[in-house]
Amino acid sequence: MAKGKNRPAAEVNSGSMADIAFLLLIFFLVTTTIANDKGIAMLLPPKPDPNEPETDIKMHDRNIFKILANSNDQLLVEDEPMRDVTKLRPMVKDFVLNFGKPSADGRNLYNQLPATLRKHVNSSGRSASSSDEPGKAVVSFKADRGTSYELYIRVLDEVNAAYNEIYGERVGITAEEFLQLDKKDPEQKEMYDKARSGIPRAISIAEPNKIGG
Amino acid sequence: MAKFKKSSGTTQEIPTAALPDIIFMLLFFFMVTTVLRETTIMVEQKLPKSTQLSKLERKSLVSYIYIGKPKRTAVYGVQPKIQVNDVFIEVKDVVRFVNQEKDKLSEVERDQITMSMKVDIDAKMGIVTDVQQEFKEANARKVLYSSSKRVD
Repeated sequence: MAKGKNRPAAEVNSGSMADIAFLLLIFFLVTTTIANDKGIAMLLPPKPDPNEPETDIKMHDRNIFKILANSNDQLLVEDEPMRDVTKLRPMVKDFVLNFGKPSADGRNLYNQLPATLRKHVNSSGRSASSSDEPGKAVVSFKADRGTSYELYIRVLDEVNAAYNEIYGERVGITAEEFLQLDKKDPEQKEMYDKARSGIPRAISIAEPNKIGG
Repeated sequence: MAKFKKSSGTTQEIPTAALPDIIFMLLFFFMVTTVLRETTIMVEQKLPKSTQLSKLERKSLVSYIYIGKPKRTAVYGVQPKIQVNDVFIEVKDVVRFVNQEKDKLSEVERDQITMSMKVDIDAKMGIVTDVQQEFKEANARKVLYSSSKRVD
């Protein structure tokens, strides 16, 4: 028994602990997929009511910004072919902020815009052949059944970017910051509402043709 | 140069005793953030890239629908297919799927259901439009085109 007292304290070898932890770590590293829950949000138009006759809403041609895409992924924007999708963004911006023939509401809205946007209107807007005022402007996008989804998203992205830039500029932030506004925070919600009031994000997705293209 | 020769003769070893703790910390981080995928995706998923991304606000209101070319082309062919949960469905079954998903939600939230469309970039608009028509039919009008961030 006297021998036992001289024995060194029993120790568990913990040198390989790190190795075990590493093994587990690598397993979780490999299996983790960072959840990707981001994307472009859209609201689809409601289904037409069969009991109600189709009402033909008369709209001036100048208030509609037409984008067409065919099955070869070629774009026709305002009856002109377009190669470069990135040109769409300034075009949509100019179209929305045109104030060609504003009503009383439109003039009111114009007076509330910050100076930078007003300068934009005066330098590149005021065209008689473009939209009357932002409240009436509609961007219509019609894709063919054969159009690739990639182009569809590109176009939607550019149009949304144009709107977000306008909204952001209106409250003095960038488009990026505008997208990150948290609608649960009352202060940011107010900012969001202020940016959007009077300028609806009117993007119309037309139904594609069943044949041809 | 003699200035630098002040070696005191002590062994210069980095203590590694805290290494397991650091690794464990990382391990716990990944264990907590990992979400094990519920469905096996049977279609190709190369999501488009875009810049104007918005985040989903409430995950419980979201249902996912996957569209793309099947991975096992020998069995399912090369045409894009629609996958929900673990099965392929036809366009006409989309309404039923949406209604099933709506039934899982409480009554007040049913109209706020968001359909997250995870569509492969090689898919054509035809199938996407068909699915969207069915969404309108099922009165699920909020759609999110899932895509990842483009940096340019």
